[in-house]
Amino acid sequence: MTALLDIDQLLNELESGLRQVLADRGVDQPALIGIRTGGVWLADVLSKRLGLDEPFGELDISFYRDDFSRIGLNPRVKPSSLPFDTEGRDVILIDDVIMSGRTIRAAMNEIFDYGRPASIILATLIDLGARELPVQPDVVGRTLALEEHQRVKLRGPEPLHIELQEAGH
Amino acid sequence: MTANDPFPHHLQLTRDGQLRHFLTLDGLSRDLLTDILDTADSFIEVGERTIKKVPLLRGRTVVNLFFESSTRTRSTFELAAKRLSADVLNLDISTSATSKGESLSDTLLNLEAMASDMFVVRHSQSGAPHFIAESVTPGVAIINAGDGRHAHPTQAMLDMLTIRQHKGGFEGLKVAIVGDVLHSRVARSQIRALNVLGVAEVRVIAPGTLLPKDVERLGCTVHYDMAEGMKDLDVVIMLRLQNERMEGALLPSEREFYRLYGLSRDKLALAHPDCIVMHPGPINRGVEIESAVADGPQSVILNQVTNGIAIRMAVMSMAMGGQLAERQRTQAQGGQV
Repeated sequence: MTALLDIDQLLNELESGLRQVLADRGVDQPALIGIRTGGVWLADVLSKRLGLDEPFGELDISFYRDDFSRIGLNPRVKPSSLPFDTEGRDVILIDDVIMSGRTIRAAMNEIFDYGRPASIILATLIDLGARELPVQPDVVGRTLALEEHQRVKLRGPEPLHIELQEAGH
Repeated sequence: MTANDPFPHHLQLTRDGQLRHFLTLDGLSRDLLTDILDTADSFIEVGERTIKKVPLLRGRTVVNLFFESSTRTRSTFELAAKRLSADVLNLDISTSATSKGESLSDTLLNLEAMASDMFVVRHSQSGAPHFIAESVTPGVAIINAGDGRHAHPTQAMLDMLTIRQHKGGFEGLKVAIVGDVLHSRVARSQIRALNVLGVAEVRVIAPGTLLPKDVERLGCTVHYDMAEGMKDLDVVIMLRLQNERMEGALLPSEREFYRLYGLSRDKLALAHPDCIVMHPGPINRGVEIESAVADGPQSVILNQVTNGIAIRMAVMSMAMGGQLAERQRTQAQGGQV
């Protein structure tokens, strides 16, 4: 299983997939935004790999989560930081893992409060399926089908690696 | 916990330690106060966006219940609630039904019947917000916006946020609170917050007639001589002289008070050169503070106002979140029992 989750291999997939989508859409100045925390580590790596000069944005979606009415406010919230104007920009949104799609919905709502982007390209390192909302990534490092007791987590930032946990025991 | 505080502290926390009301700083840990400051930091960033609004309290109703008038506190609470997407109702009770003889309990029952989710309460009676928190329908959050001489916890927390922004933290700081401590609920909450957050020293500087009895027991040292008290200060907090609350002759004259306890440029020069100057407002220029100091480079008085919105957003969203999480748990348990 660890061989399947070689981080460099997945990052290569993500990078080449992104280059393809950017070329297809004719985007040459994308604005990169990572979702805290795993997505921010990935944005750091991909920003270098794609040779982007502009600093990337960091999004903390705690104020936009749809489970606030169930569990309250995340006490570990940190300020979001977008060091560019999103208005009219082509945005690459990055997260480590996509499952229900709720995090991405919250992130898109937050991005729109900074301005109206021209487009958003969604990239995730791992897609676990189990979607609850109609949100699909444009680029995926690897699609995985986990057993019910398994959890996957990106650890980092140095070194960046993927951890497969056997939960519940 | 001070021995003379008659209010129960568990009232404002859920069983797993989340905030559900915000009534007093008594009984709240350093970790919780730090969580409030950290959350407020994130709300400061929200206030700098094109759209200064987040959806946390969308569809919730917040009632500003002010039994005592206040412009700044009420307007920052209103703006805070609106930036959290809540619907806000401002009730100035001195001009409403209570003046027609309706009791506090009846007023509250009527407001609850309008499906309110949060009351922000200011009252001239110490303990009024606690009374409301004890009698209100479960699930409704109460925020204290100042009660009698007891507490003004959101003001104290916005002051702590301002200090942390300018000083980076609390360790080693020497802080003085100057002036009318006797009538000040703000001073009580500030002394508590400064001690919990771990500053090196809290001083009060005032004439004996404007100090409450046994003020040292709150956790501070007393200086009657301002020149002495200003030495090595990192933060000086001026209090407004509350003339409207003065009964009898506590002061010879405003001019005499300014000469002895007013913050002039000369007196400020005795403090550390980086000392910041704070004031909860509204300021009486020439009574407790010289204009040149209030508007000077060491003054952070207007930062305090901006921080007030962020602190109130933090406290409101944390308390509402605690209430909602508790409702959820109760419902889940109800299904099993």
